[in-house]
Formats: sequence, C-alpha cells, structure tokens
Amino acid sequence: MVKRLCGFFALGLALAVCTFFIYGVCGFAYAAEKTVKVGAIFPLSGGVAQTGVLCKAAMEIAQEIVNGKVDDILVPGATTEGFANLGAKLELVFMDSQNVPEKAMSAAEQLITQENVVALLGCYTSATTATASQAAERLGIPFLNESSTSPILTNRGFQWFFRCTPDDDFFTRNFFEFLRDEEAKGKNYGRSIAVLYENTLWGADVAKAVQKYAAEFDYKIIADVPYTARAASLTSEVQQIKSANADIVMLASYVSDAILLQTTFRDLDYSPSIILAHDAGFNDPNFLKTVGSAGNYVLSREVYASTLLNKPSVKKLNELMVAKTGYPLDGNSARALMGVLVLSDALLRTKSTEPDDLRQALLETDIPAEQVIFPWLGVKFDPETHQITTGRGIVVQIQDQNYIPVWPYEIAGADVLYPIPQWKDR
Amino acid sequence: MEHIEQVLVSGLFAGMVYGLISIGLSLIWGIMDMVNFAHSDFMMLAMYFTYLLFSKLGLDPLFSLPLVAAGMFCLGVLTYFLVIRHVIGGELVQQTLCTFGLVVLLQSVAQYLWTGNYQMINEPLVSGNIRIFAASLSKGQVVAGVASLFLAGAIWWVIQKTRIGWALMATAQNRYSAPLVGIKVDRMFALAWGIGLASVGAAGVFLANYYYIYPQVGATFQLLALVAVALGGFGSIPGAIVAGIAVGLIEALSGYLIEPAYKYLVVFSLYIVVVLVRPHGFFGTHS
Repeated sequence: MVKRLCGFFALGLALAVCTFFIYGVCGFAYAAEKTVKVGAIFPLSGGVAQTGVLCKAAMEIAQEIVNGKVDDILVPGATTEGFANLGAKLELVFMDSQNVPEKAMSAAEQLITQENVVALLGCYTSATTATASQAAERLGIPFLNESSTSPILTNRGFQWFFRCTPDDDFFTRNFFEFLRDEEAKGKNYGRSIAVLYENTLWGADVAKAVQKYAAEFDYKIIADVPYTARAASLTSEVQQIKSANADIVMLASYVSDAILLQTTFRDLDYSPSIILAHDAGFNDPNFLKTVGSAGNYVLSREVYASTLLNKPSVKKLNELMVAKTGYPLDGNSARALMGVLVLSDALLRTKSTEPDDLRQALLETDIPAEQVIFPWLGVKFDPETHQITTGRGIVVQIQDQNYIPVWPYEIAGADVLYPIPQWKDR
Repeated sequence: MEHIEQVLVSGLFAGMVYGLISIGLSLIWGIMDMVNFAHSDFMMLAMYFTYLLFSKLGLDPLFSLPLVAAGMFCLGVLTYFLVIRHVIGGELVQQTLCTFGLVVLLQSVAQYLWTGNYQMINEPLVSGNIRIFAASLSKGQVVAGVASLFLAGAIWWVIQKTRIGWALMATAQNRYSAPLVGIKVDRMFALAWGIGLASVGAAGVFLANYYYIYPQVGATFQLLALVAVALGGFGSIPGAIVAGIAVGLIEALSGYLIEPAYKYLVVFSLYIVVVLVRPHGFFGTHS
C-alpha cells in the first residue's frame, strides 16, 4: 500500500515538474515574442460599423506586413521583421467606439492606462477622433489620425496629435480648383452652389470650408442646409435644395445618409446638373452596393482611386484586402492601412517607446513618395500643427458603378460626364 | 406651391408608415402598460427576413408579407413566453431594462448573422416613381402608406368587433378582474405581443420595398414611434395612425418651412406640449 502511494506521489511529482517545465518554456517563448502595443479605436458596431470593420481588416494587413518580411510591397516597414531597434513586433489592440464620442474617449483612456499602448490610431469619424485625442493629449501619448478630415482637429494646438490625411479645407479647395480647371477646358458648370451636410463636427466644418472657398473662387452659395444625421427621412432637406435650383450641389454625408439622400433624389425625381460629394459615405463600398446604378454620376473627392492599381505595391495590397474581406481597398481602408505604416515608420526610428521619443520620431517623419500608396508627395508633418503637408486630393466620378478619377488630369481615367441626366433618361 | 405639395404628400405617406410601426407599440403599451423599446428592432428583423426571402428565394415583398407577418406573430408569442412573462409583474425598471436588453440582443444577432453591410431590395415588383398632383413619390412608399391604412383598419376591426378583441380590451381595462369572466390573461398578453410584432413586421416588409436595411435601422424609427403612440393615446389604433401621420407631416413641413436641422425639435416639442396638456393623448382615455 505504501509502495503504491509512493508510486502515485512520484507520478504526481513528475507531472508537476513537467507542467512547470512546459509553462516555463512557453512563458519564455511568450516573453521572447515581445510586442509594442498600439491602440486602434474604430466604430466596429453602430451605423458606420462596416467602414470600421474594413479599416480594421486593412490595419491587420499592415500589421502582418510590418511583422513579416515582404519584398514585393514598397512601403515603410515591409523589408524588416518587426522593430529591430526595439526588439519587438507590432501588436494592434482594437477597441470599438460605436461612433459615440464619449465611448471613443473612454476607449482611449482604457487603452492607455490598462493596455499600456505606446500610441493610438483612429477613429475614422471626426467627432470621435476629437474626444479620443483629448484623452491622449491629457495622458501624453502620441495619437496618429488616419482619415478624420475636420480642419479643427489640427488647429487645437495639441502636442501629441498628428494627422496623415489632407483635411476638409484642403479637399474643398481641391474641388474649387477642379471647377476652375474644368472651366479653363471650356466646361462651365455654373456659379451657384447649394450645400447639404450632416450637422456633426465633420459636416459643419465642410460647410465652413465651402463658404470660405466659394467666396475666394467667386461662387455664390444660395442654399445652406444642415440636417440631423441618421434622420428617418430627408424629404424636406432635398426639397429645400430642389427649390433653390442651384447649378452645383455639394454634399457631406456618412453612409446611411448618403444612401437615403440618393434614393430620395430619385424618389423626388430630382437630378441636379452636378453633384460634388465630400468622400465619406459616398465612397463607402456599401453606398454603391446598396443604391446600385442610382449612384452613377456623383463626383466625389478621394485620396485613393482604382487607377492607382497600376502601382505594383498598391495592386498587391489590394489583392490582400480582397482576399481578406472580399472588398477592394477604398479611401478609408487604404488610409487606415497607411496610418499603421506611418506609425511603424516612426517606431522603426524611435530611440525607445517613451512618448517623447516616439513623438520626436513622428515629427521627423519623411517618407518618400514611392513608399506611399496614394498620389502624394510623401509623408511629412507640419512641425507646429502636425498636419500632413505633402497630401494631394483626387476627384472621382461614379461612372457605370465604378469610381473613375477625373482630376488631377495626370491620373484621370475619363472625362466628367455632364450634366447628370434626368432620372427617366437613365 | 409645387414644392409644398411635394413636402405635404411625402410627409403624409411617411406618416402612414410611422403609424403602422406605432400600432403594435401602442397595443402592447395599452394592454400591458409596458413600453417595448425593442419594437423597431423587431421591425429591422422583419426587414431582413423580407430581404432574405427576396434574395434567396426570389419572393417579392408583396408575396412575402403573409409569411413574414406570421413569422413575426410567432416570434412575438415566443418572446412573451420566454422573456416578457418573467418581468411582467416586476418593477418598471426591470421591464425597461428587459426590453433594452432585447434591443442589444437583436442588433447584435443581426450584426453577427448579416454583418453591418447595408442591403436594399433592388427592383421589386413595386418600383419606380408615381406622380400625385405635382409630387413625385416612389411607388413602394405609396403602397406602404395605403397598406398601412388597410392593416390599421383590419387590426382595429379585430379589436373592436371580435370576441378575442373584446377580451384584449377587457384585459387592458383590468387585468385582475379579467380572469373572473374566464379570460386567460397570459394568453391575451401573448396575443398582444403576437399582433404587435405582426403589425410591425408588416411595416418592415413595406419599408424594405424602398428603404435600406442594416442592423441599426430600427433605432431611426423607434423615437418617432414612441412619440406617435404618446400623441395618439396608449392602446388606441386610430390614434396611432392619426398621430403617425401628424408626426410625418410636422417633420416634413417644419423641415421645409423652418430649418431641416430643427425638424425633430418641433416634433418632440409638440410631444412635450401634448403630454403636459393632454397626457392621455388625442384618442386615449383617462383610465
């Protein structure tokens, strides 16, 4: 009996030793896989969830590129495995903002104080970026925004906030430059403008920029119509625009409103001569998928266009995106992907992950144009505002349910179709 | 004048659909004294069912209406017995949290099953536009509006003219005395949930004819439905339809004549005024 008990005891001891050994080895292996945590706040549920989900997928592709060794994609961090200078790999920690500003702020606080992230990325919509970046500013952590375009975000005097997308002010100026260039080619689209925009931070800032450049380029705003985002019906708003009878209609909407607006245009049998939409909802993959051919003829500003696929790196990234999600890259997901790469570029150069060192590395960012997936002049930040100074915009038109670049002319794939035909003639 | 006509006609037809959405909410509220905050999310579910029947089986919304309405009736009865029954005698906060829980559940399930992608039924049988005076309107919206009136009439007839309707009304008047005359209160509550969800299911079918579908689409309509029920009177079917139309017209007119950004301010201000001046709504009773 005693012998038997001793046997059990010996077996138990052997199992315990084995367990400790296995845990030890695993623990060592785990410890060897040191990571640099970067927080990413996106709307993964709620009204703009699908955009957030696609951005997340694109960022995961960027993470794989940074952590692996990729020779056929010419982007920052592709040719090295992780961050050799830090002896670590990149680990993105995602949190859902639900597109609610307060939740974005608490997600930022949680990522910084509990997950110990070294930097933050996000948050797609300007309203959530505004609050999340306040938390980062207060807690002294770099925040790199990839696609929120409200001009006010970089005019707050923040020390820790960087933005690597041109803002609405820049894009709106692009629209007026496009109209000027078209006029020079003999196409006259008229000089009266109606602007219809959702009434959160982003939409209101777009409207301000339109007013500013309309005055500068000698256009007249004859209708200025803000609307409540995610309204059940937009009939009265469209009717106001219709009764103004403007030559040019400018729109700023997120995806659900963009779909509702376009179907309301159709239901009310309203075809403005030309529609200039400010990206966002009109460039979301869901827009065309939902409204189909009703979305044709809309002009939108973009940072990304299908003709960029001529660039081998962009083509490869697009293939990875299609394989992962079934959707091609678009302006939002491409910028989310680029955001990870820009931050990784800074992490590759930083002395340490201390916030001051990382901030300094971001300030010294100088990515050449050939390593950027957009037709930009590279990536550099303004030393004061931390706004990208090398960005460029594109104007695309939806033709046969494809986004075709029409400006700048050196990357244009077609001429502008004008005027938009009446609904009965489509 | 042409523009005002357009606004009036659009508001009128949008209001009819708000009315149909509100009927079920009003019925449950009136009979059980309980607010179903998940009401419009059940409508979202019906919209998805309609879309799936269209995209997988090619069944047009006009033909899937009875199927979806019957399915939603069963879902309503099931929801009552599985969830609501357990909180019906509880505190108001328990009931409120319970239906809020259903909101989260339904939206999450929809997001999981069908992703956050936007869907729309392309080219259903009823498609294209129609002219009503100087106004242009999608045929889908016109069909939805007219059908809303018919369905409201049918539900009102069932409630007012049939024995089962009388039993429902008796339960609404006094749930404790109703068993004394042989009414099974539990069954009446289940029936109220069944009819409530069947009617909002019908609204979902008609809405899916011309409106986009995504997991949060119900939230857009929930507040308007609550306002319509409060204005029309709890439990009143004609009240829900009239108030729904009023909400649609006020929304459209104030958006056009005052300022679109303030249109919901006008709607909700009116709601506050009515609640203060006539707490039982246009058609409700003091009891």
